[in-house]
Amino acid sequence: MTQVIRTPIAEDSPGPPEAGFGGITRQPAPAPTPPGAPDFVSIRNSREFAALRRGYRRFVFPMTALFFVWYLTYVLLAAYARDFMSQRLFGSVNVGLVLGLAQFVTTVAITAGYVRFARRRIDPRVAELRAAAGMPVEVGA
Amino acid sequence: MTVAAESLGSPALNMTVFGAFVVVSLYVVYRMSHRNSSTSDYYAAGSAFTGTQNGVALTGDYLSAASFLGIAGAIAVHGYDGFLYSIGFLVAWLVALLLVAELVRNTGRFTMGDVLAYRMRQRPVRAAAATSTLVISFFYMLAQMAGAGGLVALLLNVHGKGGQALVITIVGLIMIFYVLVGGMKGTTWVQIIKASILLLCVLLMTVFLLGKFGFSVSALLDEAAAHNSGGRGVLEPGAQYGTSGISRLDFISLSLALILGAAGLPHVLMRFYTVPNAKQARRSVVWAVGAMTVFYLATLVIGYGASALVGSDTILSSTGKENSAAPLLAFEIGGTVLLGIVAAVAFATILAVVAGLTITASASFAHDVYANIVRRGKAEPAAEVRVARLTAVVIGGLAIVGGILANGQNVAFLVALAFAFAASANLSTLLYSLFWRRFNTRGTLWAMYGGLGSCLLLVFFSPVVSGAPTSIFPGADFHLFPLSNPGIVSIPVSFLAGFLGTVFSREQADPRLQAEMEVRSLTGIGS
Repeated sequence: MTQVIRTPIAEDSPGPPEAGFGGITRQPAPAPTPPGAPDFVSIRNSREFAALRRGYRRFVFPMTALFFVWYLTYVLLAAYARDFMSQRLFGSVNVGLVLGLAQFVTTVAITAGYVRFARRRIDPRVAELRAAAGMPVEVGA
Repeated sequence: MTVAAESLGSPALNMTVFGAFVVVSLYVVYRMSHRNSSTSDYYAAGSAFTGTQNGVALTGDYLSAASFLGIAGAIAVHGYDGFLYSIGFLVAWLVALLLVAELVRNTGRFTMGDVLAYRMRQRPVRAAAATSTLVISFFYMLAQMAGAGGLVALLLNVHGKGGQALVITIVGLIMIFYVLVGGMKGTTWVQIIKASILLLCVLLMTVFLLGKFGFSVSALLDEAAAHNSGGRGVLEPGAQYGTSGISRLDFISLSLALILGAAGLPHVLMRFYTVPNAKQARRSVVWAVGAMTVFYLATLVIGYGASALVGSDTILSSTGKENSAAPLLAFEIGGTVLLGIVAAVAFATILAVVAGLTITASASFAHDVYANIVRRGKAEPAAEVRVARLTAVVIGGLAIVGGILANGQNVAFLVALAFAFAASANLSTLLYSLFWRRFNTRGTLWAMYGGLGSCLLLVFFSPVVSGAPTSIFPGADFHLFPLSNPGIVSIPVSFLAGFLGTVFSREQADPRLQAEMEVRSLTGIGS
C-alpha cells in the first residue's frame, strides 16, 4: 500500500487529465503525455503523497469508526434500554435527552476537530504537491 | 382549541406571503441567470459559489418539508422518538465531511457518475449511476409533492381534490420555471433564500417558546407531557418504536439508512460541484452542519412547544395530522401573520427541494445517459444542456402527475426509502471507488444493482406494500419481510456484493487511472 518509489517511471506517465471525462476512448490506447501534464503515477508513488494519504486516513478512518459506534450505541440504548434512558437527571431532563444532545455536541466537536486537522496537516501538504505538479494554488478556507 | 378541522388563519394572507416569496425568488433567479449556455453553468453554476453560500444552500436542499413539518410533528405527537430522527439526519453529515465531500469535489465535475465511472468502464457504470440517481430523486420528489396536497388543504382552505391538483400543478410549474431559467445558479439562490427564511423563522419561534417557559427546558418538557395523550412517556424513547421487537429492529434499520444515506443522496453530492475546490466543499459542509445543528435543536423546542401549547389530540384531529403541528403552533403564538410566514416557508421548502431534485435528475440523464452513453462522450455542450432542460420539463411533469396521484396516500415511507437506496447503492460504491484500489467495474455494478435490487425487493415484500392496515394494498397479504425499512439488510448486501463482484472478476483495475483518481481525489491535481 505505502511503498515509496522516488524515481518517476517515464513509461507509466498517464494520458491527459481532460480525458478523464467521457473518455471511453482513452482506455485501449492512452494518448501521449503532452508537456506539462501531471505524472499521476509518480506523484502517487512519491513519499510526499504517501505521507498525505497516510495522514488523512489516520484521522478520518478512526474518527468515522468513533462517531459511528457512538451513534449506534445511542440508538441501541434508545431501542433496548428504555429504563436507563428514562432516568431523570435534573427536573424533567432525563438521560435520553442528555445523550441525544451529546450527539449534537460530538458532531460539532468532530467537525471542528477535522477542520483544524485539515488546515494544519492536509492543506499545506496538498499545496506542496500542487506546486510541485505546477498547479495553481487553491484559494479559500 | 377551536381550530382543528377547518383551515387556519387567513388563506389569503398565507397565499400573499408565499406569493411574495415566489416573486422575490423569481426576480433573483432572473437576475442571476443571464448566461446558462455551457454545461458548467447549467449543472454547476460555473463552480462559482463560495463554501458559505453553498453550505446554506445544502441546508436548504436537505431540510425538506419532511424535516420541517414532519419532525416537529413527530416530536409533538410521539415526543422523544421524533427527536431520534433529527439526530440521525444531523450525524449523517459527518460521513459527508470526513469521507465524501472533498474527494467527490476533486474527482468529478457534474454528477455522481463522474466519480464512479472515473476508472471503470464508462457506459455500464454510468448507466447504473444514472438509474440510481433517477430512482432516488423520483421517490424523494414524490414524497414532497404528495405532502403538498395536505398542506394546501390545511393552509389555503382548498379541500376538493380538483382544487388541490390545481395548486400542486401551479407549484410544479413554478419549480420547472426556476430550473429552466435559473439552472443550477438560480436553483442555488432559491435554496439560499429559503434556508435563510426557514432558519430565521424557527429561531424566532424557539426563542419565543423558551421565553414563554422562563428559559427552563424542564418546564417546557413538563407542559409538553401534560398536554400529550402519551403523558410522560413522550419524554422517553419508545413511544413510537418501542412497542415490539420488530418495531425496535425497524427503528435500528431506519437509523442505519439515515446516517449512511445522506452522503449518498445525488442532490447533495451534486451541490459539491457548485464550489471551486475541495476547501470550499469542506467549508460548505461545515456551514451546513452549523445551520442544521441550530435547526434540529430548534425543532426539538418547537415540537415539544406544540405539544405543550396546542396539545397532541388537537394536532392529530386537524386536517394535516402530524404535519400541522408547526403551523398550529405558529397560529397559537403569532396569530395569522406568523402562520402566514410558516405556511409560506413550508411551500417554499417543497418548491425548492423539488427544484433541487429536478436539476439533479436532469443533469444525470443529460450528462451520464445522453452525453456519455448515447453520444459516447462526444456531445456538443449546447445539445447536452438542451437535453437537460427537456429532461427537467419531463421530470417536472412526472412530479406533478405523481404528486396529484399520490395526494392523500401514505407516502411518508418514501423519504426513508430514498435514504435506504442512497445508503445501499451510492455510498458503498463511492467509498469503494475512493478508498479501495482493486475495486473494478463488476464490483461497482454488483454493489449498485445489488443494493438497489435488494432494497426494492425487501420493500415490495414488506408490510409497507401488503399485510398491514396501513399498507398500500391493505386487502392483500404477500409480505415475507417483517421490517418496513430495508437498510439493515440491503446496506450490508451492497457492500458484500461490491466485494464479491470485485474478487470474482478477472478484470484488472486500470493502475494508471487508479493512480490518477487517487492523486486527484486528495489533491485536486488535474481537476
